[in-house]
Amino acid sequence: MIEVRGLVKGIGRQEILRGIDLAVAKGETLVIIGRSGGGKSVLLKNLIGLMQPDAGEIWIDGENIIGLTERKLAAIRLKVGILFQGGALFDSMTVEENIAFPLHEGGERDPKKIGEKVREMLEVIELKGEEKKMPVNLSGGMKKRVGLARSIIRRPSCVLYDEPTAGLDPVVSDSINQLIRRLQKRFGVTSIVVTHDMKSAFHVADHIAYLHEGRIYFYGTPQELEISQDPLIQDFLLGRSER
Amino acid sequence: MITGFISAIGHRVISWVVYTGDVVVLAGETISSAFAHKIRWRLFMQQIVEIGLQSQLVVMITGAFTGAVFAAQTYFQFSKLGMGSAVGAVVSVSVCRELGPVLTALMVTGRVGASMSAEIGTMKVTEQIDALRALAVHPIDYLVVPRTLAMMVSMPLLVAECVGIGIVAGYFVAIHLLELNGTYYVANMVRWTQMRDIIMALTKAFCFALLIVFISCHKGLTSREGAVGVGRATTEAVVNASLAVLIFNFFLTMGLNIIFPAG
Repeated sequence: MIEVRGLVKGIGRQEILRGIDLAVAKGETLVIIGRSGGGKSVLLKNLIGLMQPDAGEIWIDGENIIGLTERKLAAIRLKVGILFQGGALFDSMTVEENIAFPLHEGGERDPKKIGEKVREMLEVIELKGEEKKMPVNLSGGMKKRVGLARSIIRRPSCVLYDEPTAGLDPVVSDSINQLIRRLQKRFGVTSIVVTHDMKSAFHVADHIAYLHEGRIYFYGTPQELEISQDPLIQDFLLGRSER
Repeated sequence: MITGFISAIGHRVISWVVYTGDVVVLAGETISSAFAHKIRWRLFMQQIVEIGLQSQLVVMITGAFTGAVFAAQTYFQFSKLGMGSAVGAVVSVSVCRELGPVLTALMVTGRVGASMSAEIGTMKVTEQIDALRALAVHPIDYLVVPRTLAMMVSMPLLVAECVGIGIVAGYFVAIHLLELNGTYYVANMVRWTQMRDIIMALTKAFCFALLIVFISCHKGLTSREGAVGVGRATTEAVVNASLAVLIFNFFLTMGLNIIFPAG
């Protein structure tokens, strides 16, 4: 469903991605791990066209999105939702308005239908009763959950998660992990999760890719990663700084 | 040293050309979007309230005190020459052609332009604009088009209001405080103020509206580096829009004076 070929991206004079090759099958959850500042979020933003790569190809549902104009990318973005690191909620709207935003923009005018879908989403993210709150009054975990509800309300076939558990306590992190799994089972969505939280990675992944120095250093199942004897991977898994 | 100096000047000139080009491209995209894509009328109405309704007090005070002080100053000078009865005409024509449009534009730049730039800038640095794009909503359609349309409607009305209040305030000062003859004052004012003066005021208002909205939105959309970046973008938006209004005013005055020569 998503295929990345030879993706290269630099910011300023720094080369962030140096030739990424990846493929994610329909309904699969791929977790991309790697050190902070390693280009994981840059990769995610390239996948949805929020950044343009310097070279390479990104194929989504058989269409290469490189070089598409902002307006042509809109059709692709209806198929792919993204959860931003901080939620990126619209701060002038309530929780309810944030979740309903894609429906309004998609042309839905029936308040009853919109209300039903918003309630369903609030149930999925377990935030019933919080719909009138403004984003400023939400905790980090709640913001991420509302951001997730907003990105999946139009039922995209793929969801990209940018550090979904970063900065959250273990209990809230676990609830987010379960939510990712639940979405995959309930709606069959293809997911790409960028994280450096290994517990989260093992919990949600079908495959794990380790991004190191702008390239995919390892690709395999969580079990293959766990038994890998590669010192670099061992250092990352055990949280050891470079010797 | 001379090479460095020339290089610095060249760098500034290139930056200015690139910046102007970016603003023109934004203007082009906005106009094309307004014709080719759906217009969000609810956002347009919100902006009408924000720009038009909430600028009322500022514009009324600006118009009233500009008209009042201009009438007083004109009277002080003209009365020495025995031309006190011309005060009404001078105040009316000046407020219509120059003071009303320019001062209203400067006040709107400070109030509305700064707010547009800060709001859009904050959305940019908190990834809200990326969120819009990710939800298949073009930021120009959603943020710039409603503001542009609201400015195009509000500014001519605000300028008309400023001009009207300025003329009334000038009349009040001239007749009730400086004891000029009201009949001559009004007769001269009506005689010398013509439709072309009003058209000139509204034309300037329309042009200034476009300058303010495009410069402010552009600064917001290109904000960087968190709160400091938003602050810098807001300041630059106000300064650039104010300068653009003053500079364009000169060229508009010269151009419009050919089409609508002063009577």
